[in-house]
Amino acid sequence: MSPQRRAYVLLAIIAAALIVLPFVSGSYVLSVATLILFFAFTGQAWNVMMGFAGQLSLGHSLYVGLGAYVAAGLFFHYGIGPWAGVWLAIAVCVAAGAAIGFLAFRFGISGVYFALLTIAFAEFTRIGFDHIDWLGGPAGLFIKVEQRDSWDLLNLRGTPVMFYFVMLALTAGAFAFCSWLLRSRAGYYWQAIRENEDAAQALGINTFRWKMLAVVISAAMTGVSGVFFAFYYNNLFPEQIFHISRSIEIILGPIIGGLGTLFGPILGAVVLTVLADGITELMALAGIEIPGVKQVFYGVCLLVVIMFLPHGIWPTIARRLGLKER
Amino acid sequence: MALLEVRNIGKSFRGLRAVDGVSFDVEQGAIAAMIGPNGAGKTTCFNMIAGVFAPDAGSVRLGGRDITGRRPHEVCRAGIGRTFQVVKPFPQMSVLDNVVVGALNAHARVADAKREAVRLVELLHLGAKAGELAASLTLPERKRLEVARAMATRPTLLLLDEVMAGLRPTEVDEMVGMFRGINRETGLTILLIEHVMRAVMALAARVVVLHHGERICEGSPEEVVRDSAVLECYLGEEAAG
Repeated sequence: MSPQRRAYVLLAIIAAALIVLPFVSGSYVLSVATLILFFAFTGQAWNVMMGFAGQLSLGHSLYVGLGAYVAAGLFFHYGIGPWAGVWLAIAVCVAAGAAIGFLAFRFGISGVYFALLTIAFAEFTRIGFDHIDWLGGPAGLFIKVEQRDSWDLLNLRGTPVMFYFVMLALTAGAFAFCSWLLRSRAGYYWQAIRENEDAAQALGINTFRWKMLAVVISAAMTGVSGVFFAFYYNNLFPEQIFHISRSIEIILGPIIGGLGTLFGPILGAVVLTVLADGITELMALAGIEIPGVKQVFYGVCLLVVIMFLPHGIWPTIARRLGLKER
Repeated sequence: MALLEVRNIGKSFRGLRAVDGVSFDVEQGAIAAMIGPNGAGKTTCFNMIAGVFAPDAGSVRLGGRDITGRRPHEVCRAGIGRTFQVVKPFPQMSVLDNVVVGALNAHARVADAKREAVRLVELLHLGAKAGELAASLTLPERKRLEVARAMATRPTLLLLDEVMAGLRPTEVDEMVGMFRGINRETGLTILLIEHVMRAVMALAARVVVLHHGERICEGSPEEVVRDSAVLECYLGEEAAG
């Protein structure tokens, strides 16, 4: 079988398993699966910027938070549903991403300094939102929980199974979108910029424009995951959603799974969420409760991968399965 | 009117005049060479033409259009393809994809760019390595990749910065033959910086000699190698060695 055929077969198996899952699993497994998909989707979004275009963002919580607050605010105050709200959420995230990208790329801020800039924006937004009373400030914004037993897709109110399928659709959509991006002009140009910006420019690539596009697409996708977050958890606190630990959580999956690959963010999300939740559960069963175990576990995972699989888990597995590494 | 007209370009780095008032022309369809000792300002000249640095003074015109101080990607769009003396491959992309990136400058569709890239990869004898990562190439192969990528942008003027360095004499002859063939068949204008005199003598119709950032001589290869100033500052060393 050609690598492409094998990839399609693998995809079909995964898709079938994911569709059947909610009908055979309990509510706990379903919530873990939803969380995995959430991180797979958000990781995919972050991967567009870092994995494809080589621009390190350590402040992606900014877009999760902005997306979440915009959609939740509209719903809370005006009863505007998430399918309408998501567009404004995307617009706000695109504007924020464009502002950061413009500042950085116009004035030649790159590498570590670019990463610092992204942290700075996320941090002052977090502090700023503490002072927006309209969105609840530090006390948080709560969406009324209702109709939990039936599906109301229009307002994104319903059972955990509904949320699971919404997140599954988003993740599948993001996968297809990113795989298309990677094969398009943008994919080639982003990788060229990631690999060597001087050479990219010499080949006629307006690196400013294409880096901006990467940031804007990544921000928009992350904003969508924020909207989901708001309606899934029903409560938002600036202190949590904009926090740097959320940004780190987002980027760990793609790094561990395989930067710049399509399966990496998904695989990374599975490994991290399943193992991290598993360990927490096991410890709880054993009657041990130490705060921060999850974070220590993340750190260990990162160390192991960087030491033994510097390109992430996916490229190694792909080679074993005879698939393309990307 | 010459294709490339360089007029009095100059560039200083922290008070050091790397290039000082250099002028020369490259005729449409010609192959010209720029030679000179290390540190003479050859690569700085290239970088000013290719838009990496804006010249402090002077102008660069391509096909009559002023391109002085344009940024590298604009210069590429205007029709100048360049290679880097210190090669800059995209290491984690395949050899073919490296060339596809260049070809996308001249092709609207990715499929067309791929076809063109396949052709160029074959032309530069990289066909056997097309699917491998550029990181796996040897230095001579990387030099050829630089050429393939620059040619893929479909330039009217190709700037080659020491692409023969480190090649064996037979490989030099092969590359010379290839550039000659391309120049004859497509009329592509070529300006090269080169230390390998074997290649310069065989390829170039005109030679510009730089020394200490200034043009000290210009003429046919035969004239240049007889010039006393050139012998003293550059070729003399080689002859003595």
